[in-house]
Amino acid sequence: MRAKKFPTHIVVFLLPAFIVYTMFMIWPLADSLRLSFVSNETGQFVYFQNYIKLLSDDLLSVRFWGAVRNNLIFFAINMVVQNPIGLLLAALLSRRNLKGSKIYRTLLFMPTMLSVVIIGFIWQLILSPLWGISESILGSVGLEQFFQPWLGLEDTALNTLALISVWQFIGIPMMLFYAALLGIPEDLVEAAHVDGATSWNVFWKIKFPLILPTVGIVSILTFVGNFNAFDLIYTVKGALAGPNYSTDIMGTLFFRTFFGQQLQLGNPEMGATVAAMMLLIILTGVVIYLVGWQRRITSYEI
Amino acid sequence: MIERIKQQIYDHFFAHLMLLIYGTIALFPIVLVIINSFKSRKAIFSAPMSLPTRETFSLVGYSTVWERANFDLYFGNSIIITVVSIFLILLTGAMAAFALSEYDFRGNGLMSLYMGLGIMIPIRLGTVGILRLVVALGLTNTRLALILVYTAQGLPLAIFVLQSFMSQIPRELKEAARVDGASEYRIFSLILPIVRPAVATVAVFVMIPIWNDLWFPLILAPGESTKTVTLGAQQFLGQFVSDWNAVLSSLTLAMIPILILYLLFSRQLISGITAGAVK
Repeated sequence: MRAKKFPTHIVVFLLPAFIVYTMFMIWPLADSLRLSFVSNETGQFVYFQNYIKLLSDDLLSVRFWGAVRNNLIFFAINMVVQNPIGLLLAALLSRRNLKGSKIYRTLLFMPTMLSVVIIGFIWQLILSPLWGISESILGSVGLEQFFQPWLGLEDTALNTLALISVWQFIGIPMMLFYAALLGIPEDLVEAAHVDGATSWNVFWKIKFPLILPTVGIVSILTFVGNFNAFDLIYTVKGALAGPNYSTDIMGTLFFRTFFGQQLQLGNPEMGATVAAMMLLIILTGVVIYLVGWQRRITSYEI
Repeated sequence: MIERIKQQIYDHFFAHLMLLIYGTIALFPIVLVIINSFKSRKAIFSAPMSLPTRETFSLVGYSTVWERANFDLYFGNSIIITVVSIFLILLTGAMAAFALSEYDFRGNGLMSLYMGLGIMIPIRLGTVGILRLVVALGLTNTRLALILVYTAQGLPLAIFVLQSFMSQIPRELKEAARVDGASEYRIFSLILPIVRPAVATVAVFVMIPIWNDLWFPLILAPGESTKTVTLGAQQFLGQFVSDWNAVLSSLTLAMIPILILYLLFSRQLISGITAGAVK
């Protein structure tokens, strides 16, 4: 029996991907985590001082907790508006023998493909009081007195941006739910219909329990995406996330802390600390999903 | 039976109604911007909802964009960065996926897990480290920096998807080639065409976030000569906010290539998403 040859080919196959991935993803992440424990002034290891400062300093903590709060609101709106509408559209699209369903799904997914920068500007124009499009649309149904420059007001800017995000990304839950619904065997649904069940009952009693795993996937994708968001707020409101920081989320806070703005200097170490907190929030979400949801729900083999 | 048919007709009517309403909401903003980009400034404000007519037709916005912004340069940059990144992701990703799905070596599971970390952890969180690395390598304001970052960003998903496809290929196929004396590299090149549909799906998937990204171009390559379309549009639009013709035209210019690509590849993309369900 001859000795096993060293598996050079395995190394050759793995190495290029391993190097690029380790160098440009894992190493920077580790480096960034390390920096979050280093002082900005002295460059020395200071344990959790940056974290303590971020969470309790008079100036910083206000911004941090504000960003966490705004990000949670942003996520909540995405969850309760985007995902149910996505589910409804998917349920309609997956109707058997529905004419034109391919055309519908292609068109409905279109906004999801465009860059957030384009979407941000388009909605800025549409909601602009200067152009008056929204006002005249509201006017056509007699509601023009309700028009406000929503993006400019402290009370409504964040909600408006969240709804723009919903409008853009609704295609993702729609497609994932659609795929899950297509996977349900037809005879199961047919049998229920023969027994006299209405479409409504068939959906909630048979189809919905079967696609519960997808509900979990959609939720965690929304969560990770929202706590990593930046482009939309930056495009529409700039790095200062006005008015008066009312649209400031984790992504914009991270960018500002890292690069500085106006009178405040950029601070890579504090930026790294904000990024580490974002990582912590995202990982918490992932763990809750894996332990609290994926394990508890029953997956049916179909 | 008649009851059921009646119900189905009613159901379908309701489905079409809802889909048409939502379809209007989804497409109205896009169509509105495109039609108004071909109108004179006066018509944009006086009749925003109507199509351009012979009197209101104008290309003044496009000529401003052409004169003031280097959109051709930005397009070139975006195309180079996206195409090279996708090529590197697919090639190195397929190689790694092949190794992980084909060979039973020690540490295989651990390696799969390691490469998969990036699916859930957004690469943006390492931006401080990435910028330090790019500066240390002297790669600021280069397309190469973006290409390497996007390759690292795209690899985890690519490997994950390709690995699951490759592990479904029947063993006999590879064993037969081995008996004929084919090298492992030859076998990899035989497998690649078989997973072509999966490779195409991955390509479409990783392409969109690369083309549309604002974050890394803004941070790693904001210089004029390396600007991508997304960053270029963002900065041009910021400067020309009050020139409505220019804003609408540049938005249309930035949208059109993606919309055309999407319409060409939408079947591929959608069947990729739904593949898990209708295998």
